[in-house]
Amino acid sequence: MSRLLINKIFLALSVLSAVIGLSFLAWILITLFIKGLGSFHFGLFLNDLIDGGLRNLIIGQFILAGLASAIGIPLGMTAGIYIQEYGRGRYAEIIRDLSDIMMSAPSIVIGAFVYAVIVVPTGGTSGFAGAIALAIMMIPVVINTTDNMLSLVPKELREAGIALGASKYRVILDIVIKAAKVGIMTGILLAFARIIGETAPLLFTSETSNYFSLDLTESFPSLTVSIYDLANEPEESSRDLAWAASFILTVLVLIINLTGRFFTRQKD
Amino acid sequence: MEKIFQKLSLASATVVFVILLGIFLTLLSSSKLAINEFGFDFITNADWNKEVIIESSQTVSDDTSIADDDIDDEEIADEDEMLFDDEDDEDSAITKTVYGGLVPIVGTILTTLIALTFALPIAMGIAVFLAEIAPKNISNIVGIAIELLAAIPSIIFGMWGLYYFAPIVANLVGGYQVSLLTAGLVLGVMILPFMAAITRDSMNTTPGVLKESAYALGATKFEVIKDIIFPFSKTGIIGSIILALGRALGETMAVAFLIGSIFVLPTAINSPTISIPVAMANNFGEASGLGESALFYLALILFIISFGVISIAKFYFLKKAK
Repeated sequence: MSRLLINKIFLALSVLSAVIGLSFLAWILITLFIKGLGSFHFGLFLNDLIDGGLRNLIIGQFILAGLASAIGIPLGMTAGIYIQEYGRGRYAEIIRDLSDIMMSAPSIVIGAFVYAVIVVPTGGTSGFAGAIALAIMMIPVVINTTDNMLSLVPKELREAGIALGASKYRVILDIVIKAAKVGIMTGILLAFARIIGETAPLLFTSETSNYFSLDLTESFPSLTVSIYDLANEPEESSRDLAWAASFILTVLVLIINLTGRFFTRQKD
Repeated sequence: MEKIFQKLSLASATVVFVILLGIFLTLLSSSKLAINEFGFDFITNADWNKEVIIESSQTVSDDTSIADDDIDDEEIADEDEMLFDDEDDEDSAITKTVYGGLVPIVGTILTTLIALTFALPIAMGIAVFLAEIAPKNISNIVGIAIELLAAIPSIIFGMWGLYYFAPIVANLVGGYQVSLLTAGLVLGVMILPFMAAITRDSMNTTPGVLKESAYALGATKFEVIKDIIFPFSKTGIIGSIILALGRALGETMAVAFLIGSIFVLPTAINSPTISIPVAMANNFGEASGLGESALFYLALILFIISFGVISIAKFYFLKKAK
């Protein structure tokens, strides 16, 4: 009897944990909806921060994350290809381990690193510096995805390609990558969703700007950094704007994230 | 072409190595000024940005020893002189600014421990729920929801934590809304989904045959989980806990909203303090010279700690689990 009772209590506690976890998600999302929608209006998309809008910040954040992807995706993918397809023995193993460690490196430390090697020598914060900091965050995630997805491609596919006389890089690009395409795209979308919501690596690399700017050599508008600044200002109106920005940011991140998951599900 | 592509992929892989080494060397060289100035005392010194007088008046002890033998009048005169001297010293005293990392180091470790204590039981419960209790379709939906919680940007956790979560905690426990406790708890909510997901994955590696044999012997679900699944996936679970710990150590934005950001050692769990990432986030912009170098020193310490923690998780526990 007591065995069954313990079992019941244990199962109840486990269900309770799941309820607690889901409640936190619901609590945060409901807060965002109420506070964010309360100060949301379409004028936010038409004006820049200097006029009380968010247009320059949203565009700036996408440019930063987009540029980071333009650097991080090709680098990460080719590195992942090396580890899975070309790497022999220790070196590939070491790179794989280091990449895993880099994935968990504190983002603020990456910001400090980029500050020291780019911001100081170039004389000031810039969009480039911010994009590079985000790219450093993205590379190990792309490596990890590429590595994992390529490892799922059956060996026979590669052998068939080689047997037809194709060179190895042709086999990789035309057969192996194609077979792993959906998985890699999902991983990249998740990585993009992660870096577009990052704040810490941008604080002293891109900083932020109140004005619309496409000049990557100057301080660059960033949605996340501005949310941090606005939230710390005493005026109620600034904080309302921060909530609206947070709402937009979270919706964006969750849509990108769910799109990635939807792709994988389709494949299954 | 084949050769070019092969070299290119090798070069990309090497970029990882170069960046990591670059981070270490850059942090080391940028913190050189502070390392030379404070050495390892930096870790045990609790003063941050404090003016300290270097030249103390060495004459004091000499004066008093002589004064013992002298008559009263002279002693008074001496003391007058000393007072005078002291004042002069204060004016022209050579001071230096001292930086010590103890407060942010302690703050980082304590918030991480609070986060771990809070998240661990809930994450284990969620993992058990997802892996063993819920039917497949419910497990999938709840699993996605938990992973969405992990996808929410950390700055959102910070704002929600400061304006909605912390007031409730402060009402229950007393003390400040910004404190070690509230920062640690919000950090706990952040690492919760991460920990739950990896734990679920390692629990799922338990072979079905093992579980079925135990059920056939009449074991309850609790007994199967306790005696079969946990022992089987133990190393993976410990690995996931340490990995979550590594994440928590470096988290900046959520903690920045909640920890209070003052360089004072916490006297209680509900008093405000600061952590390494927050010290960097808030002071890096204005810092220069020795102050900036001290922040880099903190960054170096954080980098080494998290590198070590993650390496232990990866090499010892998660490798074994495979």
